[in-house]
Amino acid sequence: MLKKRLIAVLIVNGKYVVQSVKFKHTNAIHYDAAEAIECFNKWSIDEIIILNVSRNEETRLEFGKTIEKICKKCFLPVAVGGWVTDINYSRELFYKGADKLILNTAFYNNPALCEGLASKFGTQSITASIDVKKENKRTTVWVDRGRMNTKYHPSDWAKRAVELGAGEIFFNSIDHDGARKGYNLVTLNDICSSVNVPVIAFGGVFNWSHLSEGIREGADAVALANQLHYTEHSARRAKKFLINEGLNVRNI
Amino acid sequence: MIKNIGIIDYDMGNISSLSNAIIEVGGNPSIINDPSAVSSFSKIILPGVGAFKDAISNLRDKKFIGVLNEFASSGKQILGICLGMQLMCKNSSENGYFEGLGWFDAQVNKLPKASNIKLPHIGWNEVNFSKQNVLLKTIEDNSDFYFVHGYHVECKNYEDILSTSFHGIDFVSAIQNKNITGVQFHPEKSQSAGLSLIKNFLEN
Repeated sequence: MLKKRLIAVLIVNGKYVVQSVKFKHTNAIHYDAAEAIECFNKWSIDEIIILNVSRNEETRLEFGKTIEKICKKCFLPVAVGGWVTDINYSRELFYKGADKLILNTAFYNNPALCEGLASKFGTQSITASIDVKKENKRTTVWVDRGRMNTKYHPSDWAKRAVELGAGEIFFNSIDHDGARKGYNLVTLNDICSSVNVPVIAFGGVFNWSHLSEGIREGADAVALANQLHYTEHSARRAKKFLINEGLNVRNI
Repeated sequence: MIKNIGIIDYDMGNISSLSNAIIEVGGNPSIINDPSAVSSFSKIILPGVGAFKDAISNLRDKKFIGVLNEFASSGKQILGICLGMQLMCKNSSENGYFEGLGWFDAQVNKLPKASNIKLPHIGWNEVNFSKQNVLLKTIEDNSDFYFVHGYHVECKNYEDILSTSFHGIDFVSAIQNKNITGVQFHPEKSQSAGLSLIKNFLEN
């Protein structure tokens, strides 16, 4: 049977791995992303997501090099996102070792690219990243690194992304990001029950029980970033916790 | 021991990951862009990430089909990974109807919908061996491997089935006939079990 996945997320700004709090990236955690992967006690992690959150498009080249370096020693699935704005750069990222591409703003301003990538590389290799934020009591989807409100309802947006070729959803809540209060479970559940593709939960993990909450709300994979950097042997401990909770995860 | 392995590069795949994994287990990978170089290798890998249609037309446009057929019938070892495995089948129904290399009497179809499963099939799943093979030695039966696919291989000849896995249905996760092997999962992304399989391919 398919296992629930534990995913490590690396937020990369320029060259550095940074901490993310409500999409603000102030603290550099590691000065070398490849080294950060080593520090993860990587054998307990099931997959790695690497996101280029820089607001400068010119970081694409440098980011590609980072992916290449990480993939040299990383025999795990790698999903990559940030500034995926054309087919050539997508091909380059796949060639350097990415297994899946993560697109966010493109689902808003360039749906033809999403459809084109899905048809060329298969829907299984295209993940739609969906960021939500609550404003005036309404939770909606935000794009452009959390700066623009699309005013779309999250589950409607998820369905639309799947129609455009997304084979997976990477769900994050800007309000929960770095807030240490667990995932946005209400919206997570809403998205999980509205689409039939796998959903990755992200944003807000502080305790291991936040991971099991995500799985119980329907997530197929649970992701975390900051917390992995600050606790020793964190990935292994997280895995052990999930196994003790009776969840179907890969026992490594 | 032959450590030189050729990787067919036809613009459809994670060539570097595969190359890195071969280096990790002590092999010497070469990326093959030129079809005339294929016959100089005694072992090759046909990788693949993407859709069947683009893959088979790229193989055709880059003039790989003839040399691959020759290689397969020469008895030399060839390993297909993910889409590479699917290309070894007779045809695929992904976004239409397309003919493959036809080395296995098998068709590629969409994984069927079932209750309690999500599609595509993405993640770590158990691989249950149907028969023994040198590529699987030192690997425990029911080990977890990484999958990322929406289509699966339906074999006509049951003796070609090397392993199965379960995702709503039991589907064929590896095929093998003499010198030709195909795996639906990604050994280059499946940590120790995957590296063992690549090492076995290198050494046997």
